[in-house]
Amino acid sequence: MKGFFAIVGRDLRVATRIGGDALTLVLFFVMVGSIVPFAIGPDKAMLAKLAPGLTWIAAFLSILLGLDRLFRNDAEDGSLQLYKFARTPLEMVVAAKVIAHWLLTALPLIVASPVLAILLNMDMETWLRTVLSLLVGTPGLVALGAMGAAVTVSLPRGGLIAPVLILPLAIPVLIFGSSAIAGQQAVAATLFLAAISLVLLALAPFAGALALRVSEE
Amino acid sequence: MPPTTHLPARTLSVSGLALRRGERLLFDDVGFTVEPGEILLLRGPNGAGKTSLIKCLAGFLRADAGSVVVSGQGEEERWQEDVHFLGHLSAVKARLKVGENLGIWAAINGGGGSVEAALERVGLGALFNLDAGYLSAGQTRRLALARLLVSPRPIWLLDEPTSALDKAGDRLVGALIDEHLASGGLAVAATHLELQIADTGRIRMLELGA
Repeated sequence: MKGFFAIVGRDLRVATRIGGDALTLVLFFVMVGSIVPFAIGPDKAMLAKLAPGLTWIAAFLSILLGLDRLFRNDAEDGSLQLYKFARTPLEMVVAAKVIAHWLLTALPLIVASPVLAILLNMDMETWLRTVLSLLVGTPGLVALGAMGAAVTVSLPRGGLIAPVLILPLAIPVLIFGSSAIAGQQAVAATLFLAAISLVLLALAPFAGALALRVSEE
Repeated sequence: MPPTTHLPARTLSVSGLALRRGERLLFDDVGFTVEPGEILLLRGPNGAGKTSLIKCLAGFLRADAGSVVVSGQGEEERWQEDVHFLGHLSAVKARLKVGENLGIWAAINGGGGSVEAALERVGLGALFNLDAGYLSAGQTRRLALARLLVSPRPIWLLDEPTSALDKAGDRLVGALIDEHLASGGLAVAATHLELQIADTGRIRMLELGA
């Protein structure tokens, strides 16, 4: 377990000391949301209606954008090779990296969601539901992304392949995520979203580690 | 720093190893056994397959024929946990302090050596709190060497261990290998330079590409 916490701590420390990454994603998230009124016109009622879907699309795209970083840095400096000889199992290393990545890329989006709520004319109740649905759904999205990133890390310029690879697979998260905010059966949708997230989170360390082992050769 | 712990005895046996890279047969029918306390030096010109052989031993490349066997372990142990690999990349993160970098590997690899003592040994003791991004190439290499000391393991696979190091660094690598062999470890090193190993009786050579 010492190795697990060491990796979570290291990834958080490296990212917070470099700084810019989390902020870039948050800005992207807010900007995607804020260009929509320009595209569809300043119709407040329509914006409020579209807000749940737009928030999820913005979060979805921001998380996809940050995916490549998950294993790329470790691959470039040689750490990824050395995890093979670690006493900490590779599955645990992947789990640690997924958790750190969620804290670094998804949590800041949730923190920034009030800005988007104002821009998209959400009321208080919808915003609270948005926060809940993002909290429940984004871990699954990051877990899915980790599998994609592990598969593509050995490709020299695989930056955009991981998002393209996992985007179709992430559609259920998007469907239940936005219906958890505004659907007819929001509670059921939230529970479904939680189930998807949990399954993906349970699967990601094993699938990710398997992909990394295969890609070494 | 005298060798304090006695390393568990392992033997590395290789037989009939062949590796093809693309169309080219890099080496064929390579076989050797390295006993505890011995070092095997892989020699040969550029492109002879020194690095590839090391990567084969480490399991990064799959050999086309032959076998690599580590013997002497218990039933439940993974051979990877007996091996240190030192490649071209140093696995050092900028923005982390020198001490933090090494502390993380100590936590991941286990073994319980002292981070301060290991840094002192490789000559980075005074730089514990420096951002590792400011280290020179040679100092980064020394930090990578400290990783081998902080978690004692019996098998070292070294690929050009002295690259980027100065004269004192060369002597340091020689001394570290001497201590490692004296405490019962074994090593395989790919190098085109002479390693300054004092106890020449422990050295064995393998010429590749001849």
